Amino acid sequence: MRLERRSTTPLGLAIVAPLASVVAALVLAAGLIAAAGVSPFLAYGEMLRGALGSRLAVTEMLTRATPLIFTGLAAAVAFRARLWNIGGEGQFFVGALITAWIGHGLGLPGWLGVPTLMLAGMAAGAALLAGPAYLRLRFGVDEVVTTLLLNFIVILFVGMMIEGPLKDPLAFGWPQSVPVDGDFRLPDLVARTRLHIGLLFAVAAAGIVWLVLARTVFGAEMRAVGLNARASAFAGVSLTRTIMGAALLSGAMAGLAGAVEVTGVTAGVTTTMSPGFGYAGIVVAMLAALHPAGVVAAAIFVATVFVGADAMSRATGVPSFIADVIVALCLLTMIVALLFTTYRVRR
Amino acid sequence: MTKVLELHGITKRFGALTANDGITLSLAQGEILALLGENGAGKTTLMNILFGHYAADDGWVRVFGQDMPPGRPRAAIEAGIGMVHQHFTLAANLTVLENVMLGSEPLGRLRSARQSARAKLLEIAEKFGLAVNPDAKISHLSVGERQRVEILKALYRDARVLILDEPTAVLARPEAQRLFETLREMTREGLSLIFISHKLHEVMSASDRVAVLRAGKLVAERETAQTSPKELAELMVGRQVERPVREPHEIGAPTLVARGITVGEGEETQLNEVSFTVHGGEILGIVGVSGNGQAALGALLSGLVHPSSGTLSLAGENAAALGPRSMIRAGAGRVPEDRHAEGVVGELALWENAVLERLRTSEFSRHGLVRQKVCKAYTADLIERFDIRGATPDTRTQLLSGGNMQKLILGRVLSSDPRFILANQPTRGLDEGAIAAVHAELLAARMAGAAILLISEELEEAVALSDRIQAIVKGRMSDPITADAATPQRLGLIMSGVWEAHADAS
Repeated sequence: MRLERRSTTPLGLAIVAPLASVVAALVLAAGLIAAAGVSPFLAYGEMLRGALGSRLAVTEMLTRATPLIFTGLAAAVAFRARLWNIGGEGQFFVGALITAWIGHGLGLPGWLGVPTLMLAGMAAGAALLAGPAYLRLRFGVDEVVTTLLLNFIVILFVGMMIEGPLKDPLAFGWPQSVPVDGDFRLPDLVARTRLHIGLLFAVAAAGIVWLVLARTVFGAEMRAVGLNARASAFAGVSLTRTIMGAALLSGAMAGLAGAVEVTGVTAGVTTTMSPGFGYAGIVVAMLAALHPAGVVAAAIFVATVFVGADAMSRATGVPSFIADVIVALCLLTMIVALLFTTYRVRR
Repeated sequence: MTKVLELHGITKRFGALTANDGITLSLAQGEILALLGENGAGKTTLMNILFGHYAADDGWVRVFGQDMPPGRPRAAIEAGIGMVHQHFTLAANLTVLENVMLGSEPLGRLRSARQSARAKLLEIAEKFGLAVNPDAKISHLSVGERQRVEILKALYRDARVLILDEPTAVLARPEAQRLFETLREMTREGLSLIFISHKLHEVMSASDRVAVLRAGKLVAERETAQTSPKELAELMVGRQVERPVREPHEIGAPTLVARGITVGEGEETQLNEVSFTVHGGEILGIVGVSGNGQAALGALLSGLVHPSSGTLSLAGENAAALGPRSMIRAGAGRVPEDRHAEGVVGELALWENAVLERLRTSEFSRHGLVRQKVCKAYTADLIERFDIRGATPDTRTQLLSGGNMQKLILGRVLSSDPRFILANQPTRGLDEGAIAAVHAELLAARMAGAAILLISEELEEAVALSDRIQAIVKGRMSDPITADAATPQRLGLIMSGVWEAHADAS
């Protein structure tokens, strides 16, 4: 058996590949569900019902998809430039922390305060990734290590802040920060649900990121640098500026995820507000083959698994950790699927 | 003579392309057969079938009278075929001995038989005159030494037929000569050899017999003694190819002037007080054995490194501190030494590579947005003007042959009418037809008044194209000599650094 590089990838295959990898992951996970003593059909049925079976379920799912779109975009942007940002989780939390911090008693009207908080969250996320990007450019420090480790530092820092200066005195001892002012809470998208207009921000962000990647000089240079840094430097593309630019955009997206989650859902920051949005963003980006439009679809899928798994767990007793297993399996099967979209198998 | 190897009616198709079309070929005991053909003629495919990397669609392979099962490299190795690939397949972080043993030991064995392996390796090295230190790390070896290890690896597996794919592509000329002497020795020890090449002079000097492939077909077989380079060139290309000649014309004012330039410091001095001047309408050839500072010179004139002392001016302006983009803006065009590593981003489309250098100019972008239509139209124009074959603006650049890729890079450089052109090894690895095309473009640019600095390891090329020649030796440069005065003896002297002795004596 041999692999031959395809000269082009047919569009049909590019669309079928992620779907096939999702099916493959679900089939593999079915084995585990069966091992837990539950019929996989029943379990997946409950999962679908829990995520998509009612108006409330769908809004819950979309609420969960919103931060995933942002963190998925963050990973997609960075990975295109071959900047391995594994720090989406940390950037999410600094975005959330800054938003909660300055969002309490800011003294601005809502129409001005919300954009201010969003920008602050983006700046915080971008700043957190700028450090590792600089160290990589200047000293060749592996950003996989630095961004990953920063996640833990940031989460511990958040924990320290909400036990200390930001502690909400009205939270009956719950480790939670003071909530942002009511004026800065994002309006509901669907009345009497948790779904907020942050979803629209996320979709708009996907559109903007697509525009930047596909149409701008910066996007073109970023792709070139990601694929062959030496040839790009020879052609006069500034590696420093391009990789820094990618880092700032990527960090800003993950930071914005935190800002939107605070203003849209949690009001304050807690250390448990993210079920791994930053890490799941990596899976989202990979499932989307780093394409911004695909990120939206992949985020909705991953959110379906997360929300559906909770419902399934309640109904069947299969631990909801199966959601993490399914998402992780998707990453693996997607990598296999990418092999088939890039190469043709020959005998 | 007995036939050690027979190929019969080998046909291999890749989609619409027929890479090998009914090829029948045999190799006699102790013979050196050269497989000659342009890039893409099907040489490598044929050898991959022989070695079992590919399964042929039709035809059979027989080694020492025994039929080979298709598509099984292991069977080919066991039958005594060894292959030395053009791109080495060595693990850089392992030693010579470890690389040689790799893959030839049964996996189940707990202790590796290092001692006996070392003895066997040394014995083979001795027998075939391939001196090597078994404990040296591959990453510390030169390219020539690595190739020796590749050959030893094949011999260690008891290869009696060796296939070498473009063995000299990565070697400087003296190293290549030494390799061919070694190969000749090896045939005396009973080995039979096939080497793939597109270089006429090495085929003429090193083989017993030549098989010429063109567009997947075997077009001729000749005894080397009974053919000529001219005949082979015609057979290979299918028509008469002549390299264009330089015509005398008036040269203009100094365009690029370097005075006392030093790059790097102390131990790491790469260029040492070099001076040269390139005039408009002139080609200045820089000759020398590779590794004598050509890379630093190329990087300097590309704007990638800056001199630690000395002056560099382009069209009267100081150019010492310019980066690549400013260099281009000041009127420099650069053809890099390594097409794949520096010339293009292989994964990107042709049009993206065509405009990459000037993406930020108003011609190709506006308000930060790429003007895709303009870019593609410009690329389509380049494809037309520079005869880049088998491509559209949207083709992935990787899919181009070496010659066409070089035409793309030249087109990108020449279309902006640069006043200075750096051509760093512009024809390395290209076939005869493509070389002629590249030479013609450079000479046309010269006639149009561009100042061209040509860095070349091919003396014939340097002498044919250059008006004046300087040699580079250990980061220093000789005074220029005119092309008329560049006899082989004189070139040989200055390339070995003897100009300095003269200077001392006078």
